[in-house]
Amino acid sequence: MRRLLFLLPILIVAALVAAFWRGLDPARDPSALPSALVGKAAPAVDLPGLAEGAPRLNLAAFKGKLIAVNFFASWCLPCRAEHPFLKQLTAEFGVPVIGIAWKDKPAASRAFLAELGDPYAATGADENGRTGIDFGITGVPETFLVDQNGIVRYRLAGPVTPDGLQNALAPAITEARK
Amino acid sequence: MIPELGHYALVLALVMALAQASLPMIGAARGIRPWMQLAKPAALAQFAFVAFAFLALMNAFATSDFSVAIVTQHSHSQQPLIYKLSGTWGNHEGSLLLWVLILTIFGGLVALFGENLPPRLKARTLAIQAMISIGFLLFMLLTSNPFARLDPAPLEGEELNPLLQDPGLAMHPPMLYLGYVGFSIVFSFAVAALIDGKVDAAWARWVRPWCLLSWTFLTGGIVLGSWWAYNELGWGGWWFWDPVENASFMPWLIGTALLHSALVVEKRDALKSWTILLSILTFGFSLLGTFLVRSGIITSVHAFAQDPTRGVFILALLTIAIGAPLTLYALRAPTLRGGGLFAPLSREGALVMNNLLLATMAATVLLGTLYPLLLDLTTGGTVSVGMPFYAATFIPLALPLLLLMAIGPFLGWKRGDVKGALQRLIAAAIAALGAAIIAIWMKTGGSLLAPLGLFAGVWLLVGTAIEFMERVRLFDRSAARILTRMRHTPRAAYGMSLAHFGLAIAVIGMTGAAAWKTENIKVLRPGESLSLQGYEFKLDKVGGVRGENYLADQAHFIVSSGGNVIANLYPERRQYLVQPMPTTEAAIRSTPLADLYAVIGEPDGKGGWTVRIYHEPLVSWIWFGALIMVAGGLTSLSDRRYRVGAPVRAGATQTAKA
Repeated sequence: MRRLLFLLPILIVAALVAAFWRGLDPARDPSALPSALVGKAAPAVDLPGLAEGAPRLNLAAFKGKLIAVNFFASWCLPCRAEHPFLKQLTAEFGVPVIGIAWKDKPAASRAFLAELGDPYAATGADENGRTGIDFGITGVPETFLVDQNGIVRYRLAGPVTPDGLQNALAPAITEARK
Repeated sequence: MIPELGHYALVLALVMALAQASLPMIGAARGIRPWMQLAKPAALAQFAFVAFAFLALMNAFATSDFSVAIVTQHSHSQQPLIYKLSGTWGNHEGSLLLWVLILTIFGGLVALFGENLPPRLKARTLAIQAMISIGFLLFMLLTSNPFARLDPAPLEGEELNPLLQDPGLAMHPPMLYLGYVGFSIVFSFAVAALIDGKVDAAWARWVRPWCLLSWTFLTGGIVLGSWWAYNELGWGGWWFWDPVENASFMPWLIGTALLHSALVVEKRDALKSWTILLSILTFGFSLLGTFLVRSGIITSVHAFAQDPTRGVFILALLTIAIGAPLTLYALRAPTLRGGGLFAPLSREGALVMNNLLLATMAATVLLGTLYPLLLDLTTGGTVSVGMPFYAATFIPLALPLLLLMAIGPFLGWKRGDVKGALQRLIAAAIAALGAAIIAIWMKTGGSLLAPLGLFAGVWLLVGTAIEFMERVRLFDRSAARILTRMRHTPRAAYGMSLAHFGLAIAVIGMTGAAAWKTENIKVLRPGESLSLQGYEFKLDKVGGVRGENYLADQAHFIVSSGGNVIANLYPERRQYLVQPMPTTEAAIRSTPLADLYAVIGEPDGKGGWTVRIYHEPLVSWIWFGALIMVAGGLTSLSDRRYRVGAPVRAGATQTAKA
């Protein structure tokens, strides 16, 4: 029994190493997780608007347009990193971005946008994280491409980077527009 | 030419490391003295070669030699010299070279100053240290050559990431690495002791200064990083539970536990196998951090260039470096016999609790860091890991630890008088309760955080002060007797008091900054003003300024309180010439009670600017407290018993030498 106790550390490390090994599989892109949602209708979104006095955010209002739904939070560092590229998503590809502030105090999210600039066509506050759960996000930032018919076409977990924009989102956008 | 020499020096360092890892180890097993003695010159030569390589790389950065690939990627001829130099470690390859440099510095220090170590232990420790070097030198030479050339050489470089162009961050990596790579030598000592099969008070005494030194650097490094985030990221925060911050925080937690458990080994000859395990794990966490940051397995803003081959290499290194000692541990540790018995309520008992809490805290942080990855690999389910997770798991563990910290030093070894200790802490309890009541009275939106945090901080602050006063019996009538007692108090005791005191101050600061931070935000035109907590921030004007390698919009705020001007703040929004990323430079007026913090955001195109102001109570206490903790570490390090070493052993080495 006592001997087993001394074996415990090495067993835990072995389990971790096995997990890391799988995590390093080159086929696994940490930012392109498969999502059960891809190919299915996007969950309904009905959230209070983020800006003061803004109307509620309802995804149904965007039917007929290809949009990107971006989950962010003011406490999330990668969200800062991806921020400049969200604007590019609209400017270069003509895709309006809907921002959902996830598990964040609305005042903090507003401050975040005021500081960095607001790249979003519309924003909603998902303070208790319910909508995030509906979308199955594993954290922030995450971005979903939702097509004209309200079907999720692509999911990008992690920040939007120049590389991700050109090599992952751009093809998905072209595909969705066909 | 110099870069090639640098590269060649790395190869020579590898050869030295191979010699240092093998011959002294065999010598120690077979009792061949000259082979054991080889460890010292080999360690020094290895250090010299790596230092040469490091200087060669630094020279390439200083002279903007764009034929070297990483100089092109991370430097620019117009960059200020300090950021050219700090660019040396502002990238994957260069920081890896810094990593190895520090590894060899510690090996060299033990070779030079380890005269009182038993020759066998010293030879084995240096051999283990060299094995780590071999792994990392191979990693560098095979996958991440810092001296790779570009042909043809570009005329200009791509500039260091503007966020990294900050004096705090220039110093942060060397300090942090001195801390967590420093624990490598503790690791080597532990593995050498496992091979030796002997862990005793003398071993703990040899290890403790190295442990203290690394801990002190690590504390300083973490705080510098946090201070940088506060100043540079421009949103008034100082800790974000980012995976990379966690990577340095986990070794700190386990290292702190180690510092305390090594004390039990030294004084009471107990907790031996646990201490060995902590020594292995502290460095294990350092390696884990290196792996997480450099493999790209977890997304973080700090991550270096992602490359799966590197990830596989470090994973292999990690597996060998942690797996082999832990296997040895599973075999050998059960045979380590603990000497000292103790009652649960005793100094040892309190230190065991301290260790359990710290280890659980580290496990919590590890879980929070890896959870997204582990869940993704298993089910792909949903999880949120951010501030809310740590607030719910980490703080409930930290509070009892802080309460315990004030009591522990009052308890005697073997068997402690808890009732007596609590009686002596009555003043601390009253003060803490008072602080908590004030916190409730000041209202914090119903959160219990402020009263609990202040209670714990003040309790520890006053408790530590009482312990020190009792030690020197400050209320003695004779000042001379007090002075004599102060002189005879070991430096280690001063060190402990300072470190605990510093932590108490930092905790009060963290509580204040977390609970009472207020902010205001508005689009202002020059001439308009914004108020917060009775302060009026008037935007006087916004003008363009030019730095060495950036253009900036600089705002001028006149801050007044009750009609009196109390400060002029000049926050900037910088646009660097090469990289298209705007950065904010916050302007901060710091006072002991609160910081006033102003940031200027985007112009609205109609003559107005987004302006954010923060009022951050007590935030400077965090840095001040941390500074005291570092001072505590250094004070303890100067304790006499580490300078003279264990007397019996010293005698033994003398004879051995003769």
